[in-house]
Amino acid sequence: MTNDPWLRALLEGAAVVTALMTAVAWITWLERKIAGRIQSRLGPTMVGPFGLLQPLADAVKSMQKESIVPRDADALLFWLAPPLTLALALGTAAVIPFSPGLLASDVDIGVLYALALSGLLSFPIWIAGWASNNKYSLLGGMRMVAQGISYEIPMVLSALVPVVLAGTLSMGGVVRHQAEHGWFVVSAPGVGFVAFLVFLLTALAEGNRIPFDIPEAESELVAGPTTEYTAIQWSLFAAAEYAHSLLASAIAATLFLGGWDGPVLPPAVWMVLKTGALFLLITWLRWSLLRLRSDQLMSLCWKLLVPLTLLLLLGAGTWVTLAT
Amino acid sequence: MSELVQVYLPMFLVFAVGAAIVAVFWLGGHYLGPKNPNPEKLQPYECGNDSDGARGVRMSVKFYLTAILFVVFDIEAVFIYPWAVLFKGLGWTGFLTMLAFIAALLVALAYCWKKGALEWES
Repeated sequence: MTNDPWLRALLEGAAVVTALMTAVAWITWLERKIAGRIQSRLGPTMVGPFGLLQPLADAVKSMQKESIVPRDADALLFWLAPPLTLALALGTAAVIPFSPGLLASDVDIGVLYALALSGLLSFPIWIAGWASNNKYSLLGGMRMVAQGISYEIPMVLSALVPVVLAGTLSMGGVVRHQAEHGWFVVSAPGVGFVAFLVFLLTALAEGNRIPFDIPEAESELVAGPTTEYTAIQWSLFAAAEYAHSLLASAIAATLFLGGWDGPVLPPAVWMVLKTGALFLLITWLRWSLLRLRSDQLMSLCWKLLVPLTLLLLLGAGTWVTLAT
Repeated sequence: MSELVQVYLPMFLVFAVGAAIVAVFWLGGHYLGPKNPNPEKLQPYECGNDSDGARGVRMSVKFYLTAILFVVFDIEAVFIYPWAVLFKGLGWTGFLTMLAFIAALLVALAYCWKKGALEWES
């Protein structure tokens, strides 16, 4: 690696974003393959061997289609929403630790930064819903806001459990602590495991994945906030959604599953394996479950998960105090 | 270059590179895609029917009380963050302080629940 800090920073930034975009492209292929198999279909097979070139074909195709801005839409906000969504999703990648050396930015507030950026994600989706000036979009945007005020607090509190256990907000620090004292998903009797489940559940809600794809709800709202979006703008939304699911898996792997820590294989491989395993779990859930209603999600979050995560924090606190 | 810049710079560069990639896709779409708008095509999509009703429909926001609760609890969560980071040095004193704080939060939540602020229809 070069010694010039500016060049190094630029290279790291470029490497992280490029790796993420590449991963996103082929994870759409993977998801379609899995979806196909679950529904007794084959998934993409035509473009390239095993349909492997399908994502490239999709990208080119969506660029060749017409981008429509509907008559009554707020044009500026309508244009701005998809790039904003993708930028927020990509920005999270800066603090994901892939290995001890491959971590673009090991800031002291890494966990807070990641949660803050992904928490902002409901805003561009609401903007899209509002700017489209379409009733389906508006309803979808409203549902996104309802969802945001439900999942956000349990998510923030469950992510605090590893912070209490490790005593640091730095993503790298959390992983280093786990490498020494065991992964949080198994350490601190039960507390870490339950917090992991809560985090995963809220991450599903944040990424609008089934069983919480309430804003999109294609059987009721056409496509929710993205109803009016066509061509490359729609693709940016789709890419953002996948990038977000992938990063949520990476954050969960970092906070609870020990990140890059693991025997024999190099650290980065472990990180990729853990992230991939979580993403497969999310995909599996997506093609197996039904959708909840907004009020059901709200009840689940406020009446069960918020009290539960507050108690988990106390449990983690007790554990740490007893151990020291 | 200071350490601070060295740590935070890649964060902004990730955004910059991300913006560049978005720009490439966006320009690609701009130059490759056709542009033939017509009045029919630009109508709001309502499953093939003509758009019904005025723009800017008023909708009842059923979750406004929950939204206010959200703001309150989000700020409480922010208070817990510094405690979580420094917790190891605080010992039982720190634990009991947070126990009192979280107990107060739980009582507040129970009160809102009892008053029906968490119900969708009320």
